[in-house]
Amino acid sequence: MCLAIPARIERVDGHEAEVSMGGITRAISIQLTPGAKLGDYVIVHAGYAINVLDQQEALETLQLFEQMAKLAEEEA
Amino acid sequence: MKFVSEFRDPKAAKGLLASIHRRSRTPARLMEFCGGHTVAICRNGVRQALPDTIDMVSGPGCPVCVTATADLDKAIAMAQIPDVIIATFGDMMRVPGSQTSLERARASGADIRVVYSPLDALAIAQANPDRQVVFLGVGFETTAPAIAASILTADEKEIRNYSVLSLHKLCPPVIRALLEAGDVRLSGLICPGHVSAVIGSRPWAFIASEFGIPCVVTGFELLDVLHGIDRLTAQVEAGEAKVEIAYGRGVKRDGNPAAMRLMEQVFEPAPAEWRGIGTLPESGLRIRSDYQRFDAECLFEIDPGVPHDQTDCICGDILRGTQTPLDCKSFGTACTPETPIGPCMVSSEGSCSAYYLYGDGNHA
Amino acid sequence: MPEEILMAHGDGGKLARDLVAKAFVEVLANPILERLDDSAVVELNGRTAFTTDSYVVTPIFFPGGDIGKLAVCGTVNDLATSGARPLYLSLSLIIEEGLPREDLDRVIASVREAADEAGVVVVTGDTKVVDRGSADKLYINTAGIGEIPEGVNIAGDAARPGDLVLLSGSLGDHGIAVMSQREGIAFSTRLTSDCAPLNRMVSKMLEASPRIHCLRDPTRGGLATTLNEIAHQSRVRILIEEMSIPVKEEVASACEMLGLDPLYMANEGKLVAVVPASDVEDVLQAMRRSRYGEEAVIVGEVVLGEPGRVAMRTRLGTTRIVDMLSGAALPRIC
Repeated sequence: MCLAIPARIERVDGHEAEVSMGGITRAISIQLTPGAKLGDYVIVHAGYAINVLDQQEALETLQLFEQMAKLAEEEA
Repeated sequence: MKFVSEFRDPKAAKGLLASIHRRSRTPARLMEFCGGHTVAICRNGVRQALPDTIDMVSGPGCPVCVTATADLDKAIAMAQIPDVIIATFGDMMRVPGSQTSLERARASGADIRVVYSPLDALAIAQANPDRQVVFLGVGFETTAPAIAASILTADEKEIRNYSVLSLHKLCPPVIRALLEAGDVRLSGLICPGHVSAVIGSRPWAFIASEFGIPCVVTGFELLDVLHGIDRLTAQVEAGEAKVEIAYGRGVKRDGNPAAMRLMEQVFEPAPAEWRGIGTLPESGLRIRSDYQRFDAECLFEIDPGVPHDQTDCICGDILRGTQTPLDCKSFGTACTPETPIGPCMVSSEGSCSAYYLYGDGNHA
Repeated sequence: MPEEILMAHGDGGKLARDLVAKAFVEVLANPILERLDDSAVVELNGRTAFTTDSYVVTPIFFPGGDIGKLAVCGTVNDLATSGARPLYLSLSLIIEEGLPREDLDRVIASVREAADEAGVVVVTGDTKVVDRGSADKLYINTAGIGEIPEGVNIAGDAARPGDLVLLSGSLGDHGIAVMSQREGIAFSTRLTSDCAPLNRMVSKMLEASPRIHCLRDPTRGGLATTLNEIAHQSRVRILIEEMSIPVKEEVASACEMLGLDPLYMANEGKLVAVVPASDVEDVLQAMRRSRYGEEAVIVGEVVLGEPGRVAMRTRLGTTRIVDMLSGAALPRIC
């Protein structure tokens, strides 16, 4: 339960925010993520941000995947 | 799409797959609890690519699928009340109730509107002050905080014509019930990623500590799913059982405390009926008495009639993971997405729908 | 006082004749229409294609077009995908009482503009006005006639194993542009509908190869439904490549947010061609040199296997079924 996508906060106005995701923008609520600020990426579900995305973690995970991809290529 | 496209990279997918193949020796049955994971797996043909040692089975993590017919009948009955506008997520529109569905009720004249967010329902309430807007609250812990927030906003803005029919359900209790029933033997569990974004990974601890089953919390992109299966396989092969987060960018051990606080402020646990499973204590959410004026169950008197489930439907067994859609004699014949008999076929993330639309993953 | 359409505008009396003269004939001006006879009389050569469609899109004005442009392009494209050169259209309007005259004029201006681009004329029409509430602002029906040149044999059952499947451009632009305006869902986007007349591109394609087997425009139900129809009619299996399917980032994002799949979203200015392998390069070049086909790509092939089945090779290298659309594509949260 499930459908939620990362979006970038472009504007904040109290509990409301405008986010952009891949070229589309929408108004959402950040009532559930009161610490979210301009430039943050949040995970948006049903018009609400349910968490702030940890960009550092994302980067580290992608780096891990990159290493695994290299390993697979070498083995092949 | 940032933080989405990167997690679909085919080269990285091959790397993860190679790791799974390298590790997996022991036959393992893994359950993906969440319907969103079922869809991600089917849509990408993941089963086909996994080693023969790994068997994937789907769980009851589809809030639409597990909504009791009696509860859906209540919503449909409310839709027939003059001046009521039902606002609902699209997922519920075509689920068959005892007599009809929300979609058919709308065709017969009921005012039922599909929305993306409870905020849209609040806007409808504000634009129609002489009508009563009832929001159909379906979903797990991912969605409940948003619904709670909408009730608090309605309170703050003195919107007096907005209420919620709370059909929300909680995940840890149903997983416990499933494991205690012992019908299905699992080697590992893929835990729901966005439920965990809210409640954290700690609520899954009992699965590892009491039942000895490895758990990995993972996201919904292809690489997340493969990463989750890779980590589960690693635990299985090492004979470990612990809760791991493989979706670090979205989930923290403690979840989102602000969201949980709002959820607890408005809702309290209550018994709930799970289709195909039965009534489980403390497995649903009820609106607290402080917010009774937003509780549709208290505001409207309805007579939904006696609930009546289709007898040919084995959705219950499918939800518990003891049977697959292929075991159902109606699958693909009497029961198709156009003519669904049960919710697993009509819900966009029901197992039957996923199997029908994308193939069972073994051949296409 | 801003003018509105009244019941009287549809009753054949003076007000109605006035409306026809000023709002329609003056704008759509052509010798056949100006005769205002009960029927348009035209001369045709050889095989004739004949099609009709009704348009009930809401809202009637959307980013990138309106119901008038849609009505012309939709019918022109149906003729073009049958291999015909579109010639004449009829235009029937069912107007909801109270529609602002200015909105009607805007729609008719779009009809004229689209017809000019396609090189067709509206030669006959009809106007009815219904009670407020009986129609959603404006419904349009168009019928179209075109001539099919000798030697051209496009048919839904003509696809053969070995053929390649071409797509003229990105999926879902129209479906998402319209959805972005819907109450309860609305979001902001620079995306516009891809609504366009494709007949000139089809002419160039047929010049490049008269041996094109199938042509379809993937409107409602999207590419997935269209390919399933062809697979079914031709009794073949079609395999498409996930990584080849063009989707604009904005469409992809909107679909992700709403839980929709670009493969099922409506397109109003795209086409699918099933072409023998020998002629693919020529046809592709012809598309890419045409307006509306600049980004044409090969998305799949017709293969041996279970007839009537469409499958997709995923980014993982596995295959999965691509079924027809069943029921309306509803935004979801699960």
